[in-house]
Amino acid sequence: MTQQPRSLFEKVWDAHVVATRPDGQALLAIDRHFLHEGSFHAFGMIDHAGRKVRRPELTFAVADHYVPSHSRSKPIADPEIANMVTMLEANAGRHGLRHFGLHDPAQGIVHVLAPEQGLTLPGLTIVCGDSHTSTHGAFGALAFGIGATEVSHVLATQTLWQRRPKTMRITVDEMLGPHVTAKDLILAVIAAIGADGAAGHVIEYAGSAIRALSMEGRLTICNMSIEAGARAGMIAPDDTTFSWIEGRPFAPKGDPFDRAVEQWRTLPSDDGAAFDREMTLDAADIAPVVTWGTSPETAVPVTATVPDPAAEADPVRAGQMRKMLDYMGLAPGMALEEVAIDRVFIGSCTNARLEDLRAAAEVLRGRRAVVPGLVVPGSAPVRRQAEAEGLERVFIDSGLEWGEPGCSMCVGINGDLVQAGERCASTTNRNFPGRQGPNARTHLMSPAMAAAAAVTGRLTDVRKLGAA
Amino acid sequence: MDPFVTLTAPAVPLDIANIDTDQLLPARFLKKPRSAGYGNFLFHDERKPGFPLDDPAYGRARILVTDRNFGCGSSREGAVYALVDGGFRCVVAPSFGDIFAANAAKNGLLTVTLPEEVVTGLRRQLQEMPGATVTVDLPAQTLIGPDGQALSFAIDPFRKECLVEGLDDVALTLRHQDAIDAFDRTDAKRRPWVVPATD
Ligand code: SF4
Repeated sequence: MTQQPRSLFEKVWDAHVVATRPDGQALLAIDRHFLHEGSFHAFGMIDHAGRKVRRPELTFAVADHYVPSHSRSKPIADPEIANMVTMLEANAGRHGLRHFGLHDPAQGIVHVLAPEQGLTLPGLTIVCGDSHTSTHGAFGALAFGIGATEVSHVLATQTLWQRRPKTMRITVDEMLGPHVTAKDLILAVIAAIGADGAAGHVIEYAGSAIRALSMEGRLTICNMSIEAGARAGMIAPDDTTFSWIEGRPFAPKGDPFDRAVEQWRTLPSDDGAAFDREMTLDAADIAPVVTWGTSPETAVPVTATVPDPAAEADPVRAGQMRKMLDYMGLAPGMALEEVAIDRVFIGSCTNARLEDLRAAAEVLRGRRAVVPGLVVPGSAPVRRQAEAEGLERVFIDSGLEWGEPGCSMCVGINGDLVQAGERCASTTNRNFPGRQGPNARTHLMSPAMAAAAAVTGRLTDVRKLGAA
Repeated sequence: MDPFVTLTAPAVPLDIANIDTDQLLPARFLKKPRSAGYGNFLFHDERKPGFPLDDPAYGRARILVTDRNFGCGSSREGAVYALVDGGFRCVVAPSFGDIFAANAAKNGLLTVTLPEEVVTGLRRQLQEMPGATVTVDLPAQTLIGPDGQALSFAIDPFRKECLVEGLDDVALTLRHQDAIDAFDRTDAKRRPWVVPATD
């Protein structure tokens, strides 16, 4: 029997369709469901309807958004924040779910923790009430964010109604230059296609530059798919993927692992698989980038100048550019490398894995930060390993703070805020108005670039910094 | 959820692209229970003098007409609660964040997607005639702007049905209980590793 060539996405999708409706909606089986403190609305909905969690063994609760970055041995001072952390524990306990709480040795940001614990596997469907669930696609899983009502639906039924998305393949060949990272690559993609450029699509990232990335780099790429409007991002699993998974606490072991790998090897897109859209990029053309505005699509090479709205033909867009420049406190034509910053944040589900911390530490080793900054590892295991390697000493010696794992200043809801009017060089994923605090100004960049900015006090091309 | 059939109401224009859910509902309000009144948090940090939602000329607007990629960013359903509790039943834009649009439909908020130039035209009309009404007829899939021109829009049939009927989808899904059980049984043999080893 000859089969139509299928893409990675199509194989994963097809394997999870439980039922289809005449109008094309599919009921998808869900293999992993992750919850964080924000899921209280969804628990309220199932409790109100008197429903139970259908598959508690596939459902995992993680405290990450509200956990404090400091003084964890003391009770959380703000009662509303403390309530968010204890409410998750109570909801998980009542429904019999594995809960990774504040003091769990595996605790971390859900999108860092799950891959690290071997919960994220190729070919799975993974959902979480969090838009950056796209991160897990780095393993060849179909992973996407959902809202509270959908979370309650998955809790009750372990399924979700979905319309089959379109597909888009982004092929990146050649090699990234020195100090050019996965973060620069994905920001360059978003700048090229726009913040809604992949709306309604699942992106598959392919090509030699993607294959050459570590799992950390692949996670960074898939993480930011949502910033291009994509439903999900995926990368075909390969030996890099399998060797990352092997031996992790929740991963299959022994014979089941070997059988799983055998099946996972059939997942990559077949030759001749069709995509609704295709795009190619040359990795060698990508420079270290920073964003100048309040959308990730405003990423430009750090060597560029702030764009001029007067040069924009569309008056609506020109007006929007002016509004962004006004919010960011920037003038058209300024060299980005002259923009002074007030603080640095190195962390988040985009860039707080070991490789990210190593890259930042490499720049900071033997140097002093001239602005305050905070480094927050993505998980407790990352934190322990960073300490074992002496990275935490590098950060502290340079003058930066070393925090406990969680979302921290990415969204600021644990209290780690960028002050109004302050400009932050940040390794996070969103530079929206108010994202890191009311009237905070965020420039997105890679960990090495954020470290370079800490050293000079302005946006800096890390390639020009030279040896310490 | 309240069914959505037809609506005639004042509409307010907002000339901003890429309005994300952090702007719709700043993160610090995410820990509030719904009973706290999410309508009070809508666009909380954007409400400076001249913000169209606070302009009395637009009346008690129930329809928001805005620019591309509305509702991008965080999956927070609270952004939809803020709009709904703030009195909105419909948002018109050239494109929407996917998760936002799904959340909206589950809460009786209709998202209407129309071409960019059409939506820009609607915003101009509303700016020239503040307080003008717009009519949305969901069963007929048409929107009538201030100039009286009827525009037809596309919508996913499932989303439309849920909105028109005010359906709760868990009840609908449970009609497929046998198929779900059968899937689980077969899958447990096909992919035994899906249920994680316990730590
Ligand atoms: S680190 Fe930031 S983007 Fe990632 S899950 Fe936490 S708040 Fe969301």
